[in-house]
Amino acid sequence: MTAQTLLMAAEEHGAETEGNIILPAPYDLLWSIVIFTIIAVVFARVILPKLQKVLDERAELIQGGIEKAEKAQAEAAAALEEYTAQLTEARAEAARIREDARVEAAQILAEARRRAGTDAERIVETAQRQIDAERHQAVVSLRTEVGTLATDLASRIVGESLADDARQQRVIDAFLTDLESTVKAEG
Amino acid sequence: MGNLLAAVVSAEAADSGESKSYIQQMFSSDGFHAPSIAEFFPPAIFGDGTIFEFNRIMLIRVIAAIALLTIFWIAASRAKVVPNRFQGGIEFMLDFVKGQIVEPVMGAEGKKFLPFLTTLFLSIVFFNITGVIPFLNIAGTSLIGLPLVMALWVYVMYLYQGVKKHGLGGYLKNSLFPPGVPKPIYILLTPIEALQVFILRPATLALRLAANMIAGHLLLVLCFAATQYFFFEAAGAMKAMSAVTFAAGFAFVLFEIFVALLQAYVFTMLSAVYLNMALEEEH
Repeated sequence: MTAQTLLMAAEEHGAETEGNIILPAPYDLLWSIVIFTIIAVVFARVILPKLQKVLDERAELIQGGIEKAEKAQAEAAAALEEYTAQLTEARAEAARIREDARVEAAQILAEARRRAGTDAERIVETAQRQIDAERHQAVVSLRTEVGTLATDLASRIVGESLADDARQQRVIDAFLTDLESTVKAEG
Repeated sequence: MGNLLAAVVSAEAADSGESKSYIQQMFSSDGFHAPSIAEFFPPAIFGDGTIFEFNRIMLIRVIAAIALLTIFWIAASRAKVVPNRFQGGIEFMLDFVKGQIVEPVMGAEGKKFLPFLTTLFLSIVFFNITGVIPFLNIAGTSLIGLPLVMALWVYVMYLYQGVKKHGLGGYLKNSLFPPGVPKPIYILLTPIEALQVFILRPATLALRLAANMIAGHLLLVLCFAATQYFFFEAAGAMKAMSAVTFAAGFAFVLFEIFVALLQAYVFTMLSAVYLNMALEEEH
């Protein structure tokens, strides 16, 4: 692109269009710059700040909404976790209680068994002792009575008084001992 | 870019030999320059006279396309669930197309066409808005070529979708012979419908956009040229007129920003409507 062609172009289009190939007519450029500057200043000072405020608010609103949703989701997740934990714990507790109850029941049963056994033993022992005492009493009373009866009987048969106590007692004892040994040997 | 800047400098150097430099011209006036149709045919940067002729309007289109791609590339690669300011602004634009154009017009079916219509909307916004950006100062859509390409894109799209859905016969019957009309009326209605579907829809899409941008640019240039003349050349009470023309220029810049968005909205909205008509069972 040489200056000559430019000049030729300028001449072709005459004085009306000054012939600058890149720029608009000088007056067009000058006054549009003036007006555009005014508009740009008004926009920068007044209109854009207001719009930006709205846009910022909207961004905050969206950001806030997202954060709120995230928070709610986190809370829900936490609640679910807690609930699950509680459920697990409750289940464990129930199992533990059941186990305890079973152990306790077994203990109670064993205790009852033991007590019943002891009671039975005691009853048996008491009864045994009573029997022994009664037998002893019977033996004592028998010994006395049997002696008397036998002495009386023998006195009558023999016709001799066995009133002499010392001798009488010796005889009775001898007899009874004899009798006892006979019984033992037989029984 | 380096070459282009060098070209500017050399152009200025060449100019200064004969007349005032670009900067000098900027702060002086040599009579009132009425805007003309030549505004839309600036001298070529290269390829003068060929199909590859590349002038500053083509350059503006390239710059707008690069800006669009860069901004959305950055937005897409940094996209997060929680948007920052930048992403929030980008999302606002995308939501606008979805919520204000595609869903109200096409309903759930429009989801398929959302990428297409969003691309269309954003491209038009970016190509239009260059009309008020200093140094660019002309909309990329103010030459009919670009609006025409976009309109043809929509045209091919809705014809293809209509034929794909209903078959060629079904689509023609649907669009040329609307049901619920007495038979003789078709003599009148069918040519009108044919004209609508095959010519008027794409033509009006392209022309509406280009005409709006051309008119907008001429209005701005008129105001700026008048301000230049009154401010630097006129004397006394006439100089005060520059305040009036400047205020008008200011108002028209704001209006052009609005029109840039509105025309993108209208173009995209109508594209959605045409697509919807092509896909409708009966209408």
